Amino acid sequence: MDLFEYQARDLLASHGVPVLPGGVAETPDQAEAIAREIGQTVVVKAQVKTGGRGKAGGVKLADDPEDARARAQDILGLDIKGHITHRVMVAQASDIAEEYYFSYLLDRSNRTFLAMASVEGGMEIEQLAVERPEALARIPVDASVGVDAAKAAEIVDAAGFAPEVRDQVIAIAVQLWEVFSKEDATLVEVNPLAKAPDGTVLALDAKVTLDENASFRHAEHAALEDTAAADPLEARAKEKDLNYVKLEGEVGIIGNGAGLVMSTLDVVAYAGEEFGGVKPANFLDIGGGASAEVMANGLDIILSDPAVKSVFVNVFGGITACDAVANGIVSALGILGDEAAKPLVVRLDGNNVEEGRRILAEANHPLVTLVDTMDGAARRAAELAA
Amino acid sequence: MSIFLNENSKVIVQGMTGSEGRKHTQRMLASGTAIVGGVNPKKAGESVDFDGASVPVFGSVSEAMKETGADVSVIFVPPAGAKGAVIEAVDAQIGLAVVITEGIPVHDSTYFWAHAQGGSTRIIGPNCPGLISPGRSNAGIIPANITKQGRIGLVSKSGTLTYQMMYELRDIGFSTAIGIGGDPVIGTTHIDALQAFQDDPETEAIVMIGEIGGDAEERAADFIKANVTKPVVGYVAGFTAPEGKTMGHAGAIVSGSAGTAQAKKEALEAAGVKVGKTPSETARLMREIVGA
Repeated sequence: MDLFEYQARDLLASHGVPVLPGGVAETPDQAEAIAREIGQTVVVKAQVKTGGRGKAGGVKLADDPEDARARAQDILGLDIKGHITHRVMVAQASDIAEEYYFSYLLDRSNRTFLAMASVEGGMEIEQLAVERPEALARIPVDASVGVDAAKAAEIVDAAGFAPEVRDQVIAIAVQLWEVFSKEDATLVEVNPLAKAPDGTVLALDAKVTLDENASFRHAEHAALEDTAAADPLEARAKEKDLNYVKLEGEVGIIGNGAGLVMSTLDVVAYAGEEFGGVKPANFLDIGGGASAEVMANGLDIILSDPAVKSVFVNVFGGITACDAVANGIVSALGILGDEAAKPLVVRLDGNNVEEGRRILAEANHPLVTLVDTMDGAARRAAELAA
Repeated sequence: MSIFLNENSKVIVQGMTGSEGRKHTQRMLASGTAIVGGVNPKKAGESVDFDGASVPVFGSVSEAMKETGADVSVIFVPPAGAKGAVIEAVDAQIGLAVVITEGIPVHDSTYFWAHAQGGSTRIIGPNCPGLISPGRSNAGIIPANITKQGRIGLVSKSGTLTYQMMYELRDIGFSTAIGIGGDPVIGTTHIDALQAFQDDPETEAIVMIGEIGGDAEERAADFIKANVTKPVVGYVAGFTAPEGKTMGHAGAIVSGSAGTAQAKKEALEAAGVKVGKTPSETARLMREIVGA
């Protein structure tokens, strides 16, 4: 889960990282009130989970509370690369003497954590990494050891921080590690980490990504979720504990196992090329179990997507055999009754496949077509959606 | 021969007394696996009956190893306790720890992987179906009755695609099929399995299944080019996955331009691997190679 800047800032502050005073506003009135409290020039920043806010007009300075109100008025509702701005952060503006970069992230390739730091902050880090890789220190962090003051000093010295800020950055590096490890983050990035004219080092902007697998030990993280932005079908699926992702297409997909479902999307997209570019409408993994109830919940979500014209149910009967899956499909159609009004193409293979196919054939549901192979079934589903 | 698991493997189950552990221990026993014990400190000294087979429960992995000579542990412990369970297995120096548990925080898996470095334990998973050497032993949740013993080696990030491929090629059969898991940080990689299959005289050809996210497939492609002389066919899932969305597996995500299925397919093809467009086409490519 990616956090908004204001959420990341609050999280950093709660672990002692120095940030500037500020708050989040959903209305121009609220923005004005925050600016009044700060009592000096503020910066009004669009809260969207994408880069390039400045260029899109989503970051503005405001000299007084009335000005902050006007700037918030301009920015709220702004479309930044397809992200509508629902909130602005109003923070004390800071003069910047120098800009730095600091991050911790998961390094998948090396199965470790990585600290990255540079005294050349402010620019996109991907660009810096390509253009001046020598200016970006990359220090592996052993997950079973972590970052203490000595390790932080190693990172800070590798990046070449000047003596007058060294101790401050070391302290911040330790605090950021605390955010990264204690909050179960997979990314904590401060860009820029800035030196104010008085020599104080502060985190001016931050990106944080939290690991949703760790939510069982962070009940407080649930409040950080942007439920308003979630696709309504995705939100409904989540309530039912279904692993669903909404896509732009016409063929609803249900399958068991993440890999098989990803593969099903691809096979439908290939088949769809023959039928005017028909595409899969969603990812839905009902897991190894594939019980009638889960099947009914899944079908219910998919059939309520107005874009869906046909549904492809692709199940490999492994742990749950095909006869149980077939019974699940028949019961699910019974549960849904008249709500099930779109054609279903079903492909079953694996354990007890003959019995599974027999059950479906016997039920002889008018909407159900049984196709033996995955490629053939994908083609039929695409054809029905064209 | 087979890789990592054979008819002499003695298997214990951490989390055997939970519902998933119990269900799959039953299935592993039914497929002929030598299950010699379970581990649960609260139930040490008891035993669990599986259709007449009585399996003893030990208080710790090291005690179970001492009493039974176990060399493989299959771990079903839920996410909150999984890190501790894997560390216990590693500290007991068991040869193979198969971590089935889905949903382990990546800080925990990165920790136990780091902890295992320099030790004597191979970790498979987490978030994986385990591995099967058909007709010999089955450590995990792979259905045993969809294929038979044979001459193909299979390594995959995905469980159901593993089953699909085992089933499509069931007449030829498999030396070992191994699901390495779909998490961002896993123990045994495609490369580890490719190396083992290359060294296994019984394995004639290899199927490698990948999916979006990370660069494991690209690295495996480099490895194949330099080190694998046996024929390899490949399949990659997730061409239609949108950027920035996690597709079921925690590690299955395209980030910016990194981790795409297209890049993985191209890397594999550049290494001489024939890559199928669909699982069935991949199976056909394998048939052409082994002449069956």
